Parts: sequence; C-alpha cells; structure tokens
Amino acid sequence: MNRPASSGTVGVSIRNATKHYAGFCALNDVSLEVAPGEFVSVLGPSGSGKTTLLGILGGFVQPSSGSVFLGERDITFAPPHKRDIGIVFQNYALFPHMTVAENVTFPLRARRMPKSEWPAKLKAALEMTELGGFGDRKIHELSGGQRQRVALARAMIFEPRLILMDEPLSALDKQLRETMQIELKHLHRKLAATIIYVTHDQREALTMSDRIAIMNKGRVVQVDAPERLHDHPVDSFVAGFIGEATLLPVSRIDDNSVDLGGTRIVSARPIPHNLKLFLAVHSEKLTVVQDGGDTTANILSGTVSETLYQGESVRIFVDLDHGVRLSLRVPSNHENRSRMKAPGERIAVRLHPDDTIVVPQAP
Amino acid sequence: MSASSTDPSLAHKRGEQRLVLLLLAPSLAVVGCLLIVPLCWLVWQSVRQDGAFTLAHYARFFSDAVYWTTFLQTFRIAFIVTAATVLLGYPIAYVAAGASRRWSIFILAMVILPFWTSVLVRAYAWLILLQRRGLVNSVLTDFGLIQNPLALVNNELGTVIATVHILLPFMVLPLYATMQKIPAELTMAGASLGGTPFYVFTRVFLPLSLPGVVAGMVLVFVLTLGFYITPELLGGGRTYMVSMLVSRNIEVYNEWGAASSISIVLLACVFLVFRLASLIIPFERIMGAR
Ligand SMILES: Nc1ncnc2c1ncn2[C@@H]1O[C@H](COP(=O)(O)OP(=O)(O)OP(=O)(O)O)[C@@H](O)[C@H]1O
Ligand SMILES: [Mg+2]
Repeated sequence: MNRPASSGTVGVSIRNATKHYAGFCALNDVSLEVAPGEFVSVLGPSGSGKTTLLGILGGFVQPSSGSVFLGERDITFAPPHKRDIGIVFQNYALFPHMTVAENVTFPLRARRMPKSEWPAKLKAALEMTELGGFGDRKIHELSGGQRQRVALARAMIFEPRLILMDEPLSALDKQLRETMQIELKHLHRKLAATIIYVTHDQREALTMSDRIAIMNKGRVVQVDAPERLHDHPVDSFVAGFIGEATLLPVSRIDDNSVDLGGTRIVSARPIPHNLKLFLAVHSEKLTVVQDGGDTTANILSGTVSETLYQGESVRIFVDLDHGVRLSLRVPSNHENRSRMKAPGERIAVRLHPDDTIVVPQAP
Repeated sequence: MSASSTDPSLAHKRGEQRLVLLLLAPSLAVVGCLLIVPLCWLVWQSVRQDGAFTLAHYARFFSDAVYWTTFLQTFRIAFIVTAATVLLGYPIAYVAAGASRRWSIFILAMVILPFWTSVLVRAYAWLILLQRRGLVNSVLTDFGLIQNPLALVNNELGTVIATVHILLPFMVLPLYATMQKIPAELTMAGASLGGTPFYVFTRVFLPLSLPGVVAGMVLVFVLTLGFYITPELLGGGRTYMVSMLVSRNIEVYNEWGAASSISIVLLACVFLVFRLASLIIPFERIMGAR
C-alpha cells in the first residue's frame, strides 16, 4: 500500500467477480483493489472461496461475471500463460522429473528468454531463496521448506508483476512456518512485487500483510489493515474470526453505550443502529480489577469457572452474573499468578471504553 | 549374534514366516505343477531326439529360412501393433484422464467392453467387416471412394487391425492409471509460468506419462508375440507367426522337439523385452503402471 512500487509492479483490480458452480455460488460479487507493491492476504474459513478467487486471478477459473484487471490491462479472458503472474501452489506443484535448476529455469525456457541470461537469473533466484548449491538436486531429495523455496524461486525468476500464493506454508511445521513468514516478508521487500497471499491462519495474515481481505461464504466481508480489522471489525463474523473474541448479545441504550444483562457498557465509538448487536470482547483486552479497586465504569463481574495455564499466558473463564461466559487472558508472570483467583471465587473485570467494540450481526 | 537367538521378536518373526509359507503353499503348488514342471519338460524335449541329447532343434534357427523369417514377421507385426496401439491409445487415455468422472468411466467402459466377448468372436467379426465383399469395402465402393475392393484381410494388414483392436485395452489402462496420477496443479503451474498448452504437454505431461507408455508397450508387444487365433483366421495363410510355427510342428509334422525349441526361444525373447524395458523404468512400475 505504502511501499515504493518498482517500475515492473502493477496493481490488481477484481471487479464484481461472481462464480457459480452448478447451482452453488462459490464467489459472490467480489471486488478487491490491490495497490502496486502491496502485500494483501486473503483470509477466510474453509470453503469461503479463497482458492476460487486465486483461480480467477490465475486464469484457471472462468468467472461467471465480473472482470479482472492487471494494471490497465483487462485479463478476464486471457489464458494463464499470457498473464505474467507467478503462482506458488498450495502443494508447490514442482515438476518431479526435473532438478531444482530445471524447475527454476522452466519459466525462462517456456518464455524463450535468451539462453545467455539464464545462468545469471538462476543464480540470483537461488541466492535470494538461499538455495545456492541445491541446483542439481532432484525434488524428492528436498525438505518441505526447501521445496517451498524452490516454488518461490520458480515463481519469481521471470519477474512477474504479481505473485499469488495459496497457503504456501500450510504443509510446514510451526517453527519452519514462522521462519518462512519472516523470509517471505523480506523477499517481498526486496522484490517490491505485488503479492496476494491466501491463508486460513490469521496470525500469519496479521504478521505479514499490509492489508487483509476477510472472506466468508463467497463474499469479501472486509478489507483493512491488520490493526483496523482487530479494532474495527465490520460485523460479528469478522469480530469472531479475528483474534480470540467472545461475542455477547447486547442491546442499544444510546449513541455510546449498550446494555449487557443489566450492566451499562460504555464505548468510545458510536454504537451502530442495527437491530441485533454484539459486544466483541477480546480476551487480552480485559483487565482484572483488584480488590478495592475502582469499580465505577464498564465492570463485568462473575465467578471464575476455570483457569487454563497455556505457557506464556493463563486463560481465565468467567461466568458472568447474567449467565454468559467469557474468557480473558493474562500474562503468566509471578505477580499475576500469585493473585490468581481460584475457580468458584468472585472476579470483576474491566473493559476499557476504547476497547469496547460493538458490532452488528453478520448477514 | 548369540544374543539374537534369544530375542523374542526374532522367534516371532520366524513363526510368521512359517505361517506365510503355509498360506503360500497352494499357489506355489499350482505354479509349480502348471508352470515350472511343464517348462522343464519343454526344455528337456527341445534338446532330445530319438532318446539322445541333441542341439539339432536349435541349429535349425540358423539353417532353416522359415524359422527366422517367421520370427522376423512376428517381431515386425508386434512393432506395428505396439506403435498403432500407442498412437490410438494415448489420446483415448488422455481424454479419459482429463474428463469428469462420469465421462472417464464411460470412455473406459467403451474400451474394456469388447474384452467380454471372446477373441474368436472378435476375429470373425473383423473377418466379416474387412473381407472383399465386407462392410468396409462395400461402403467405400458405394461412395465411389475406391474402384476395386481393398485387400484388408487375409494378409498382414488384417492381422494387425484385429490385433490392435484386441490389445488396445492393455495400452489404455496402464496409460490411464499413470495419467490420472499426474496432479492437475502441475499443468496449471506450467501454464502460469508461461508455457503454452503444447509446451506444457511436451515438457511436463508427456515425460510424466512415459512410465505408462512403456508399461503399455511392453504388455502389447509381448502379447502380440504370442498371438495365435487372430493371425490364423485373418492372416489368410500369408501371415506366419511364431505361435503358428509351433502348432504346425506339432499338428502337421508331430515334431515335439522342434516345437519346444521354438517356444523356448520365444520365451527368451519375451524375457529380453522385459529386461530392455526395465532399463528404462523399473519392473515393478511396468506391472503396477505407476
Ligand atoms: N469445481 C468445482 N465444482 C463445484 N464446486 C466447487 C468447485 N471448486 C470449488 N467448489 C466449491 O466452491 C467453494 C469454495 O471453494 P474454494 O476452493 O475456493 O474454498 P477455499 O476458501 O479455498 O477453501 P480451503 O480453505 O478449504 O482451501 C467450496 O464450497 C467448494 O466446494
Ligand atoms: Mg483453498
């Protein structure tokens, strides 16, 4: 979004794309604008249409209606090999009968680029993905992380104007995934390419993206920067999907407060006018009110029902007095743990008005 | 090693091996009685004449022109049939592997259906279709495409046409099995990386389907080498294949020794074909067509 775009990079614009499969709507009037050089993640539950969206961009899926622009060029009906889009497939789709070098130079050969340019490009691509010295290996001789990097090197060696990635890290273990996330981020900066990145791991999306497009049931529900998604979800689906939030039904009192089972909760933001409203309580935003502390505003009280030690934090489940349950998370330091309430004890928690998020029900 | 004799896992393993042997016994007996013993008898026959050891039956391969011309014709027919089944079978398998489930089942059913009628019936059917006054010739003359009927049968051509038809499933099935396992993402990746459909086919799909091609070729080639009924019925006496040489030697000349030596040489040829094919792809992959 705010990255300096190199001359080669272009933006992408998907306009009102719809895809029907025999009576089933996989993509419903989706529009998405991606700026040159931007890193946009597409995040959504399984079956929400993420791969279908990438298929339309890559040219493997024909939209039932709508159009796709790469920069100024309408590519809605261009065949895949004329699109200049580098794609990293979910399972890498490396050619098993070729070596690493042959895989990586495939785009150069397919595009009949001058042979004299191959060695330099291959060397640069392998070095960028830290695969120097692996050129002669066969694909089955590589680890998952190395395969992933080969797929990446192959997708960027021809300097595509846009790179698409479909859950490229989903097959890797947690440690490697986190390393690769950082590497991908660095690569994005080095290449200054436009990247559209599909994932259903929200932490991955939050760490890597300039903006995130949230999809649900074939629609793009919200496109925003990570912090905005977290703090300003458009509806209960996004609020429930991003972060660890409990959704509590509330009713509107006035422009900046709602009623939660008899308790008045004040928000720093205007309350929407919809019929059904939810209070989205992120578990890390709640603070425990110490005995004798200030109990004047936005206090929820109840009984501790369970505490779960989860390594770096402790999750506390609280049954509120009017019958709903929420959870909060406190860092598991000595001070917190020495004051920890046991199950059955009374507890009061405060939600700061700035952290009080009220959203309408998702359609 | 002394410690291993007390290892209970080894004792267990030995027990399991005994059980496996017991389970295998019936099939081993069948293979032994119906394959190994007759084969030994065949070898024995091929080196005997009037109760004495002789290599005369094998010497005939060098002296008798009929022997090697027959082998030559058999191999030529096998090559032609193999080439024709590849050319016909590859597109069929390609379409079947790329089609939706319903269509691929339909296409494969059409390929396999003739399997369920006997080879004899199919050979006669081709005879009826291809003879001088047969369906093919009368249609062609009626439309004025030809003046005189073509010699489609009672020669090598007739044998090849019928054999190709009979053996086509042996080409299509291994090809289909191999092609079906080529992930669609690979061709999609090839296209997205800038390959035209033709380029992606020749550089990605075709090389990955080669094991199936080799498997199908070996099966068809080897089966053609031993074909009997089809050349007998459709060859018109002019197509002389190895199997017919064997049967003539027994039926006409009562020469069991000669017939045995021919069979042994044919068997050696088959082994050679498998050996050559296994240099290209491993033997298990030919049989499993993976
Ligand atoms: N070829 C097809 N025919 C019929 N329905 C399809 C086809 N491809 C996808 N769908 C349907 O479209 C919907 C969206 O599929 P898509 O693959 O885009 O989901 P996704 O968001 O990528 O999910 P996941 O996270 O599981 O990969 C799914 O409900 C799927 O069943
Ligand atoms: Mg998907």
